[in-house]
Amino acid sequence: MEQLTQDYLRTKKLPHIWCPGCGNGIVTAALVRAIERTGYDQSEVVIVSGIGCSSRAAGYLNFNTLHTTHGRALAFATGLKMARPELKLFVIMGDGDCSAIGGNHFIHAARRNIDLNAVIINNHIYGMTGGQHSPLTPTGMKATTAPGGTLERAFDLLELARGAGATFGARGNAAQPRQLEQLILRAANHKGFSVLEALSPCPIAYGRRNKLGGAVEMLREMKDSAVSMEKASGMEPEELEGKTLSGVIFSTEAPEFSEEYYRSIGKA
Amino acid sequence: MAETKPVLMQGNEACAEGAISAGVRFYAGYPITPSTEIAEHMAARLPDLGGVFIQMEDEIASMAAVIGASIGGMRTLTATSGPGFSLKQENLGYAIMAEIPCVVVNVQRMGPSTGVPTAPAQGDVMQARWGTHGDHPIIVFSPASVYETFYLTIAAVNLSQKLRQPVIMLLDEVIGHMREKVMIPEAGKLLVEKSSDNIPADWKPYDEKGLTPLVPFGFGHYYHVTGLFHDQYGFPTGDPTQVERALDRIHGKLEKYRDEIVLTNYIGHKEPRVVIITYGCTVRSARAVVKKAYWQNRLPVGLLSLQTIWPFPGKEVAAIAKQADVIIVPEMNMGQIVGEVERYACGNAEVVPLNRYDGEMMSPDQISELLGRWL
Ligand code: SF4
Repeated sequence: MEQLTQDYLRTKKLPHIWCPGCGNGIVTAALVRAIERTGYDQSEVVIVSGIGCSSRAAGYLNFNTLHTTHGRALAFATGLKMARPELKLFVIMGDGDCSAIGGNHFIHAARRNIDLNAVIINNHIYGMTGGQHSPLTPTGMKATTAPGGTLERAFDLLELARGAGATFGARGNAAQPRQLEQLILRAANHKGFSVLEALSPCPIAYGRRNKLGGAVEMLREMKDSAVSMEKASGMEPEELEGKTLSGVIFSTEAPEFSEEYYRSIGKA
Repeated sequence: MAETKPVLMQGNEACAEGAISAGVRFYAGYPITPSTEIAEHMAARLPDLGGVFIQMEDEIASMAAVIGASIGGMRTLTATSGPGFSLKQENLGYAIMAEIPCVVVNVQRMGPSTGVPTAPAQGDVMQARWGTHGDHPIIVFSPASVYETFYLTIAAVNLSQKLRQPVIMLLDEVIGHMREKVMIPEAGKLLVEKSSDNIPADWKPYDEKGLTPLVPFGFGHYYHVTGLFHDQYGFPTGDPTQVERALDRIHGKLEKYRDEIVLTNYIGHKEPRVVIITYGCTVRSARAVVKKAYWQNRLPVGLLSLQTIWPFPGKEVAAIAKQADVIIVPEMNMGQIVGEVERYACGNAEVVPLNRYDGEMMSPDQISELLGRWL
């Protein structure tokens, strides 16, 4: 793979704080490559993030970057987008950040269909605080706060987004960074609220406790269980058991909120 | 401001209009009694001015959206009341730490909790000071009339911009819902103090040298904004020296501009024996008492009204305490600002609290009855 554009990285802020084997770096690199391919001017790109391991990515990216409070990234981003609709916003969140404490903002950003690109790095766990279960931890998996395995059922984040009104939903994973980059690019080019779920290994706070092996094993498993939408359409439900759909899961069109607002006041 | 015209206005409306006069063009809020009229007024007015009104999904999101819009370069306002003010605290702290200007209105209602939503009370004085966690600076205005609400909101917006510091308008329900005459400037004569347009080449978002304007996102200055302690470029740091310096920085700007921030007003006898110190709607009852006692009966009585309650006008209170024998502090709570008054009176005057907390307005009779003991 070719080198990342140094212009978009704050190289002086590196090395990053992530553990060895963490998938956050892979997803961040895919994001940078995708942004490069959009052709956006550097000055019009804004990275907004919440709180957690993945949200630290904002600090390493050389754009205007906004590292907000836990769960609130989309609400900050909504204000900024409404104030400056010409800006291109990428909102990086973790699974707990986005779907637990930030769940309300997530569904309402989807409902408004505001043109934000949500990039959710889903490692199925709260990593920064040491491994508590999140709404995206699969049932039965262990966490410090679910030592016997969580009894709770996980959200299907993309179905949640679709139900709430999002117009684009895609899933990729850290084991297939090329596809991930492609999906982020498509999300960026989509007008309206787009949700990109990036599955990512957290060998330290999730893998170890659940005996999933190290980063390599986790990535391999991620790759093996991913089934593209095209392939899945020809598969029986039994065959899809334990598999994860990847690619663009849904893409529709609907009026975009900031554009509708400015049109309604005669400014678009 | 040569051309002004008198308008009959509600306090909440005056707050909204004051903000508009000061250039506010972004409002995010969530409905709550007794502040809803501010949102409704903004919803009606801002679209015509090319501004943005957005009703968010909750109070937390409203505060976040306002900060986001400020970073985009707009002047912003949000309004709420008791329970909503509690919800806004975390992001308010973020705005203080990240030095993002914004004005937050809390039209106080009777608490704790859901309390009596329509009853007046001044129970949020300490929450306005210490509601968000950590050692933080804050500016809080407490207007005593619709007129003051209009002009203090303008001051709040301008100060917030200049200092890159959130400002709280702590209104009383009585003020928010009262109708009074306000002289407002002709349309077009905006009371906007322009923040700097010339950005120096070596601009740093948190310049150690002192106040520095906020360059909005989208203009090629690639800085970082975070609620973590940060260096002068905005990047996280845990270095003890930098942490201490950052905290000194956000407190220091309020100290430096203290005289622009702290507004008080004294009326009454030149050599008073008894002085009433109060703020917000309670000033109205106190003023009625002082009018009678001093202007009619020439008794040695005075009133120090505090338009700014935080930072606390300690210097002004200390000076009064050296003159007066007794200081009466009427408040519509169980005693909040009185502790500060005592602290600055330093035993030079006897400080007497007068509290009402039944959800009714403090009456002039209550104050004059107490006053009578020393006259
Ligand atoms: S705890 Fe997990 S998610 Fe966080 S940096 Fe380490 S590996 Fe990555």
